[in-house]
Amino acid sequence: MERTGMTSAGSAGPHEAAYSGFATLLYKELLRFWKVSFQTIAAPVLTALLYLLIFSHVLESRVTVFNGQVRYTAFLVPGLVMMAVLQNSFANASSSLIQSKITGNLIFVLLPPLSPLDMYGAYVLGAMVRGLVVGLGVFAVTLGFVPALIDLAHPLWAAAFALLGSAILATLGLIAGIWSDKFDELAAFQNFLIMPLTFLSGVFYSIHTLPPFWQVLSHFNPFFYMIDGFRYGFFGLSDVPPGRSLALVAAAALVLALVALTMLARGWKLRH
Amino acid sequence: MADAVEIVGIARRFGSVQALAGIDLTVEQGEFFGLLGPNGAGKTTLISILAGLTRADRGIARILGHDVVSDYRQARRALGVVPQELVFDPFFSVRETLRIQSGYFGLRHNDAWIDELLHHLDLTSKADANMRALSGGMKRRVLVGQALVHKPPVIVLDEPTAGVDVELRQSLWGFIRKLNRDGHTIILTTHYLEEAEALCGRIAMMKAGRIVALDTTRNLLSRFVGLTVRLSAARLPDAWKGRLARSEGAVHYLGLETYGELEGLLSALRTENIAIDELTLAGTDLEQVFLRIMAGSATTDEAQAPAAVPEA
Ligand SMILES: Nc1ncnc2c1ncn2[C@@H]1O[C@H](COP(=O)(O)OP(=O)(O)OP(=O)(O)O)[C@@H](O)[C@H]1O
Ligand SMILES: [Mg+2]
Repeated sequence: MERTGMTSAGSAGPHEAAYSGFATLLYKELLRFWKVSFQTIAAPVLTALLYLLIFSHVLESRVTVFNGQVRYTAFLVPGLVMMAVLQNSFANASSSLIQSKITGNLIFVLLPPLSPLDMYGAYVLGAMVRGLVVGLGVFAVTLGFVPALIDLAHPLWAAAFALLGSAILATLGLIAGIWSDKFDELAAFQNFLIMPLTFLSGVFYSIHTLPPFWQVLSHFNPFFYMIDGFRYGFFGLSDVPPGRSLALVAAAALVLALVALTMLARGWKLRH
Repeated sequence: MADAVEIVGIARRFGSVQALAGIDLTVEQGEFFGLLGPNGAGKTTLISILAGLTRADRGIARILGHDVVSDYRQARRALGVVPQELVFDPFFSVRETLRIQSGYFGLRHNDAWIDELLHHLDLTSKADANMRALSGGMKRRVLVGQALVHKPPVIVLDEPTAGVDVELRQSLWGFIRKLNRDGHTIILTTHYLEEAEALCGRIAMMKAGRIVALDTTRNLLSRFVGLTVRLSAARLPDAWKGRLARSEGAVHYLGLETYGELEGLLSALRTENIAIDELTLAGTDLEQVFLRIMAGSATTDEAQAPAAVPEA
């Protein structure tokens, strides 16, 4: 090693840990949203609660889902939980990236010997934690209205869809953050892609209540499978078989991960 | 022993701007090296390529023998960079910032060294202050600390003293000098030429993406023996216009070979009836060398021969 004898480096004290770079970036990502948890956790929980109060009040007696096997308010809860998971996973990764890019402090992450996988893993896991924490918060609060929901039909299915869904949106957030140079470009990504896909995914309704054309179209919306599969975990009922949803969602997660890793490895928009 | 920095044929274009037009440069371990040049010369671009922040269009760069692209992990471990832009993460305190930066380099429990850095950078009392609450000069010192958390053998400072007050500039240089004595290689860009003259053993001068002079500081200084006359007068005698190094309004800087030439200048002024408002003499300093090299273009060839023989 050329370093030996050359420097005062490494003389005493600190020891190098192989995964420390990744772990530190993950820790930094967690600390970042935790320090402003009122805005990053409490606010989205409140938003979801408002959705629940308004929609269940207005629609409870008018909408029948799963042929009346499930109350509308109960039906709505998993949708809202998943929507919170997805939106917050996306928001965390994308806003962390774009803020660092615009303020220039991304350089602190670009200078150290972090690999593309380190960066991908840390940003995505950090964002997943935020999404899942908010999702759990929404679930906890809504239990006050529908206590029976604590009894999940297939908790592992629900967990699998929550994890994959948050991973997908965190990865999309990472990609959007890398792609955008300005806040309004990120906002466009969010308003014209993420929001429509979320709202048209069956959060508030079962697609069987839609006209046939929209039913067909919904099947091209990847978010639909995340929410439908997640809901299966709660009620054991779904619009499409959960195995198929899981396969599609897992494939999407994999493809997006490869896209993000390629972008990071090439340094696209990060290393000029 | 591998060179601290080895740059071979590095070029980079941004749109229509050829930021770097083929740079060859070697810095040995233990050197205190200066990279000088006017705004836009390409200094930061070159540093960014070393740091892996920017990709070169062609050419090779190595840090301690590690290619900055193919062996980026080792290269980055060996390199500490103080960026020119004043950047910080407003979410964290000074100590958190330094701890996190240590962690990125795989260092846990680095607090003893962090404390020492805080002390040398006069930031101990600000250790727990949020980054937002620091003055500009303090933020820059944190940037210096961040570049040094992993005790890199090669340290690159891109204008580290911009915005730092005189007293701290001195103590910062004292610290950097100590690091250099301890064996760290230092590469520095600055627009304070007296700093470069005092600190750097060797200097490269860049202009428009090329190295136009590369030599030891001593040789550069002796390359232009002679004097500089600083003359305040309404105009110059016609015969002396070719000797002008630069003008600032009515203040003209003229290069002289010997004191004897002064007589000729004075008589020319008298003959043409030009009143002298003020006249001072100075020996060669790096600023004059810099200005002359930047004014001329014939120096390009010398750049290819490191440690060129002084012209005197
Ligand atoms: N990302 C970029 N996009 C476009 N042009 C760039 C970019 N970075 C640098 N340049 C151009 O490359 C040239 C060299 O810039 P560079 O920042 O390397 O100069 P410098 O020597 O560091 O100048 P200064 O002393 O002002 O810091 C300039 O003309 C600059 O405009
Ligand atoms: Mg610069």
